[in-house]
Amino acid sequence: MSLLQGNTGEWEMVIGLEVHAQVISNAKLFSGAATTFGAAPNSQVSLVDAAMPGMLPVINGVCVEQAVRTGLGLGAKINLVSVFDRKNYFYPDLPQGYQISQFTQPVVGEGVMVLDMEDGSQRNIGITRLHLEQDAGKSIHDQDPKATYVDLNRCGVALMEIVSEPDIRSPEEACAYLTKLRSIVRYLGTCDGNMEEGSMRADVNVSVRRPGEALGTRAEVKNVNSIRFVHQAIEFEAARQIELIEDGGEVAQETRLFDSVKCETRSMRSKEEAHDYRYFPDPDLLPLVLDAAWVEKLKADLPELPDEKCARFIADYGLSAYDAGILVAERETAEYFETAASGRDGKIAANWIGGELFRVLNDQGLDIGDSPVSADALGGLLDLISDGTLSNRLAKDVFEEMVASGKGAAIVVEEKGLKQITDTGAIEAEVDKVIASAPEQVEQFKSGNEKVIGWFVGKIMQATKGKANPGAVNEILRKKLSD
Amino acid sequence: MASTFPGLTIADARDGLETGKFSAHELAGDYISAIESAQNLNAYITETPESALSAAKQSDQRIKDGTARPLEGIPLGIKDLFCTDGVQTTAASRILEGFTPPYESFVTQNLWDAGAVMLGKTNLDEFAMGSSNGTSYFGAVENPWHRNNDDSALVPGGSSGGSATAVAAGLCTAATGTDTGGSIRQPASFCGVVGMKPTYGRCSRWGVVAFASSLDQAGPITRTVRDSAILLRHMAGFDPRDSTSVDCPVPDYEAALSKPLKGLKVGIPKEYRLDGMDEQVSKLWDQGVEWLVDAGMEPVEISLPNTAHALPVYYILAPAEASSNLARYDGVRYGNRADFDGDLDDMYEATRAEGFGDEVRRRILIGTYVLSAGYYDAYYLKAQKVRTLIAQDFAEAYKKVDVILTPTTPGAAFAIGEKQDDPIAMYLNDVFTVPASLAGIPGISVPAGLDNDGLPLGLQILGQSFDEETVFNVGAAIEARAGFSCNPGGSK
Repeated sequence: MSLLQGNTGEWEMVIGLEVHAQVISNAKLFSGAATTFGAAPNSQVSLVDAAMPGMLPVINGVCVEQAVRTGLGLGAKINLVSVFDRKNYFYPDLPQGYQISQFTQPVVGEGVMVLDMEDGSQRNIGITRLHLEQDAGKSIHDQDPKATYVDLNRCGVALMEIVSEPDIRSPEEACAYLTKLRSIVRYLGTCDGNMEEGSMRADVNVSVRRPGEALGTRAEVKNVNSIRFVHQAIEFEAARQIELIEDGGEVAQETRLFDSVKCETRSMRSKEEAHDYRYFPDPDLLPLVLDAAWVEKLKADLPELPDEKCARFIADYGLSAYDAGILVAERETAEYFETAASGRDGKIAANWIGGELFRVLNDQGLDIGDSPVSADALGGLLDLISDGTLSNRLAKDVFEEMVASGKGAAIVVEEKGLKQITDTGAIEAEVDKVIASAPEQVEQFKSGNEKVIGWFVGKIMQATKGKANPGAVNEILRKKLSD
Repeated sequence: MASTFPGLTIADARDGLETGKFSAHELAGDYISAIESAQNLNAYITETPESALSAAKQSDQRIKDGTARPLEGIPLGIKDLFCTDGVQTTAASRILEGFTPPYESFVTQNLWDAGAVMLGKTNLDEFAMGSSNGTSYFGAVENPWHRNNDDSALVPGGSSGGSATAVAAGLCTAATGTDTGGSIRQPASFCGVVGMKPTYGRCSRWGVVAFASSLDQAGPITRTVRDSAILLRHMAGFDPRDSTSVDCPVPDYEAALSKPLKGLKVGIPKEYRLDGMDEQVSKLWDQGVEWLVDAGMEPVEISLPNTAHALPVYYILAPAEASSNLARYDGVRYGNRADFDGDLDDMYEATRAEGFGDEVRRRILIGTYVLSAGYYDAYYLKAQKVRTLIAQDFAEAYKKVDVILTPTTPGAAFAIGEKQDDPIAMYLNDVFTVPASLAGIPGISVPAGLDNDGLPLGLQILGQSFDEETVFNVGAAIEARAGFSCNPGGSK
């Protein structure tokens, strides 16, 4: 638990997250319109989305399946009966005058997410619920001095709202929670987790209290669209609240916006003060009733999720928890690793991916899916190391060449003649040459200076352009020097 | 009168067209003339004579080619709550004046696919909210019937008042209606025609302007029970675009009309015998029981104990849904936007204040109130629970009986403007029709006689869910014995 030091003593942060995750589906939650990001304004709008008279919503089964799979992936309770409600309010980007959501009976109930923190500790964060709801359209205020434009492409797109308990105690935990949630939905293929495009965004509830005391009043920071911003918003918001309380003020229960440029939160000062959303069951839709056997089937068909995969990597490949954690964070990375490590030494494969490969990807700003060196190609390189063709040092040169040319390890070795020299005759000749040219160092060795052996090795490697097998060089050198 | 086909039924028209007695074009032309000469009734909001004539021409071709469909060339009125592709659809509201949908409702598409011809869009209460057709932005509709020796204009009932008047006055062979709490059955009773509200889920609501989604149901208004059976068959059907549409085969209702009724039981609910009930209504009800006994049925007194709660429950739930359903009329995307000064909220306020009439505003306010935090449990939630009890009452009753017989309305048509300032008196018109709407069961109003003033009165037959066949069959038995003839002779 991380406590904040105020002027009057210690404070504890209490944080809860409401994450809106856009469901991966071809069509919207209640209409057949497409959901592609970035399409021309109002080009993906059906009669239902535009709320034309007499139009009716029909639930998209794919979206329900995705929500249930997400619930199962989070280990949460699946409610076999849930209800869609109308949340009523007026806004131009909400054509129906209500959002169809789930209020009292969500499709997914309680669950727990276990966070592995950097210090090796574990934290359990309760999940309150997951429900399905429609996204609204987009109001565009900055294209005309007087008019507001409305784009209804997003209108009706399926969102999963995933609500956590107020169990989070630091910005680091909040980020770990979001990272893990993002990882799980991406493994499941239920949300692409792309926060820049808005397919995942978080409402962050923050309050502060003296350790052990009752909950303080919370402020809700709306629509934060990156994990880094969530961290910043919490830090700012907690500091603001502590200062406010220590100065004798009171925290207002309100909605705030995060300004990522100034790194601060601001009150939204909404004109429509207290909303009364007048929730009631949508009479156009029947209760959503799921078949238990269908849910079981979805459960059985879930892919291996990060936690299970991590445990397996530790057990099967002998990886450290830290290395395994890094490899499983993204499904693509884990798959890359498994391909590269297949039939090889997992630890070495993990080191290469965590080291050389990530460095290259970082430098070039690439995802692992676009890696210039495929998992099979990396495996080929690892094979050349394990059969003694390449030393580690040589392998790094070969890797650079593979990145630059896109060629396989064997071809690079062949073309560049980087093959390690293991021919003892050739190495003996080089050793003899160096010994003959350095009587002074030979003398030093003979008088007991062991360290000078490194100088000899360096010379020989220099002469062979690093291709000599270091083990063979050492062995031959010692033998000759001792003669 | 211009029409050479006064009081033609669908069955008559179908026979006449089949035998070549007249062409679909002649038929449509005569109805167009009849509409022209009955403008005083204000039955139609939008007339579509050109497209009617051209559709009729195509029907004639098909009849000639031997490819006629079941309703080939049958001229219909369509309640202006059904969206019609390329034809103004107003819901009788200023807010939708000039709105032309680019799509066709499921029900009307079915009718056109069966060969029917649209004469125009009939008048109604604004957004189907009313029992007199007095809340239409496009003016009140007159009932073609008049009291003996009294020329004062009477209401046709509502909300499907334009459809009921058009059928009674021979301004179409039949018409579509929608019923939320009695909007087909009550005007049918007032105008001396047959009105059928099928089981909730029988007709798709897709493309019908919504009033109260959990209650709205389309149905036919016709001159005879046979016509009702014919028309419903071509309105009904499963539609995956309406989640509340039920996937259940649509039987040939017309063919089922001849099934014997012997041994069936008819329930007489004691709670429907209201204190101070109009004696003429009460007598007609007793007469109806006798007719059914004559047809071989056995009368059984039943109890529907929660009947008294039906009206209050209805006037909580229907406005609650309406307040949300009508939020889309905001002046942003279609329909009328009022001139306004100021910001977005001012636009909403000006548009909705100008666009909605008194009754619609009243119901939006009631609905908003009963859904508000702090009132939801006491009103909306409680009403939902009572609705369940009302449905259970019917379920219990149907363990003992096959159908239920009641009056359709507490009295005959009243004068235009008579109850317009007294919403409660107006709401009481629906006292016998609302319970079946809440329970979702089918009901038909069949004209059964005239009151002392010479005005028609209907009897209502309620059936079990998706058993419209028995309802039609019992309705036909009443019709045959009542010997009622829809001839609003007193009209000017």
